[in-house]
Amino acid sequence: MARTLDTTPPAAASRTRRLRPSAGRQHHAGPLTYVLLGLAALVSLFPLYWNLVAASHSGERVVEAPAPLLPGPRLLDNLSFAWNQVDMGEALVNTTIVAGLVSLSTVLFSTLAGFAFAKLPFRGRGALLALVVATMTIPPQLSVIPLYQIITDLGWVDQLQSVVLPSLVAAFGVFFMRQYLIEALPTELVEAARMDGAHSLRIIWHVVFPVARPAMAVLGMLVFVQAWNDFFWPFIALTPDGNPTLQVALAGLGAGNHTVDQAVVLTGALISTLPLLLVFAVLGKHVVGGITAGAVKN
Amino acid sequence: MATSVRAAGDGSAPPAAQAPGAGAGPGSHRQRPSGRSAWRSTLYRLDLKAVPYVFIAPFFLTFAAFGLFPLIYTGWLSLHRVELGGSAQWRGMGNYSALATSEFFWNALANTFTIGVISTVPQLLMALCLAHLLNYKLRGRGFFRVAVLAPYATSIAAATLVFAQLFNTDYGLINTVLGWLGFDPVSWESSKWPAQIAISVIVTWRWTGYNALIYLAAMQAVPRDLYEAAALDGASRLRQFLSVTIPSIRPTILFTVVVSTIGATQLFGEPMLFGGSVGISGGSGNQFQTLSLLMYEKGWVTGALGQASAIAWVMLLLLLIIGGIQALISRSNRNRNRNRNRNRNQRTKAGS
Repeated sequence: MARTLDTTPPAAASRTRRLRPSAGRQHHAGPLTYVLLGLAALVSLFPLYWNLVAASHSGERVVEAPAPLLPGPRLLDNLSFAWNQVDMGEALVNTTIVAGLVSLSTVLFSTLAGFAFAKLPFRGRGALLALVVATMTIPPQLSVIPLYQIITDLGWVDQLQSVVLPSLVAAFGVFFMRQYLIEALPTELVEAARMDGAHSLRIIWHVVFPVARPAMAVLGMLVFVQAWNDFFWPFIALTPDGNPTLQVALAGLGAGNHTVDQAVVLTGALISTLPLLLVFAVLGKHVVGGITAGAVKN
Repeated sequence: MATSVRAAGDGSAPPAAQAPGAGAGPGSHRQRPSGRSAWRSTLYRLDLKAVPYVFIAPFFLTFAAFGLFPLIYTGWLSLHRVELGGSAQWRGMGNYSALATSEFFWNALANTFTIGVISTVPQLLMALCLAHLLNYKLRGRGFFRVAVLAPYATSIAAATLVFAQLFNTDYGLINTVLGWLGFDPVSWESSKWPAQIAISVIVTWRWTGYNALIYLAAMQAVPRDLYEAAALDGASRLRQFLSVTIPSIRPTILFTVVVSTIGATQLFGEPMLFGGSVGISGGSGNQFQTLSLLMYEKGWVTGALGQASAIAWVMLLLLLIIGGIQALISRSNRNRNRNRNRNRNQRTKAGS
């Protein structure tokens, strides 16, 4: 099934190119389309804009009856307060470390495994691949209790490795790289390299990595976003007062603590969102491509 | 295995490297019949045979340690009475039968279901419409795509904290706007349905654009001639959307339904943070407590890990049921597609 689906996008794309002049589909958008899409963009972006607005007012102003709609003067004050008093700076560093390590290792291991599943024949390949896909549906709730006991026994509560280690490689990544390499890497290339006497590590380094680089970049971004935003397990393994990631620190700001200065809470939210929004603004097209490539081929 | 390599190599590899072990021409210095070469060929075979397993090992080791073992251990725990840090006492199905008679459990199950439905259904319908709009020839296409995807870059925590302000009963913008329109303020946190709707809005906001882009990619792979044929038959654009687009991307729709359903079953961060100080129990009257929240409360607040494990396994059971239904639907789908393709082929043949 996967195989037949794999071949559809390029085939459809070439057909598009051939038929463009008379295509029965590519209607130009009418004014109503622009209105509706504009509305959708507004709804999508407004909460983010309002987050910025709220982070630039005092705590008292944010909770006054008509909520502010325009930026106020206190953005820098709030930023420095959140940065120093609530240790958003430390959380930002922690999150960067976690998301960086997780995405590096996921990309590396997923590429190796994806290459094996795509191009190397071995006994049990089909069944093992099915197992990889099946694991994607197991929710994290099913493993957190034993995991919590393990990290308690090891003394890893509040240690970043308790968040990094379980995420070293993801089924989604393995599947994603396999789908990409099946199409992008000609089997003959691998075999020719083998004929020339290259052993597997050389093949990985000189053939697979260069071919896989675009997919590796996209996967890295997707995993980075996911790891950056991950909440459930970090919330259990790390505490807001110990060594939190941004999401855990934010949860502490929003729920547990009694110092509820909503402007500071929302400044924290802004700090946690802004880096990813910048990534999206710069690499938006690639992220869009990656999401669709990962999903449609399932 | 070795033969397939050789066979393929025949076509593409340069002559000097061809056919290892086939007598060897003068140029192939790699084929010297010495002990060293035997060793190398052993290494070579080992490389071929073992390397695939080495490459997939990291995934399976990680999964065994952090996925499979905990999964089974959770099942074992669910049959015991265990406190945090204490030793386990056998309890048999006691935890499960306690769940069956617990009004908290049934309340959480019902909430998970209702929040799941009112977040997943509108989300996917809106995503379909959005994808359809984005599929037109557009100016500023890139902007619209990135804009609707921006919520996806926002974390659960950040999004929920922002929306908790927007939904605030006293000063939130949403009640302000409702006031302009002549409605009474809604108490979004303390009443059951408004709270569940508010949480669903957060979920929907974060995921609609993401799903829309998945649909868009699937729509762009739909063969154009289907639309041309439909247009020739006099189908309106709406008719084309309903009779060509939707059936063509049905596998993708099914995929998003499954993914969103799985996500909805695990809802945790949104209700917890939306509830503020009473978030852990899903509101003052548990009016939006989900299964995940109940599990967390049982395990980490009450300290009853056995009961929490039982809830986790009930969630697995739910997902297995969902997976089973999905498998049934996709099988009947495949059959239908096969029939349709057969019909279409016959029609094309008859037409040409």
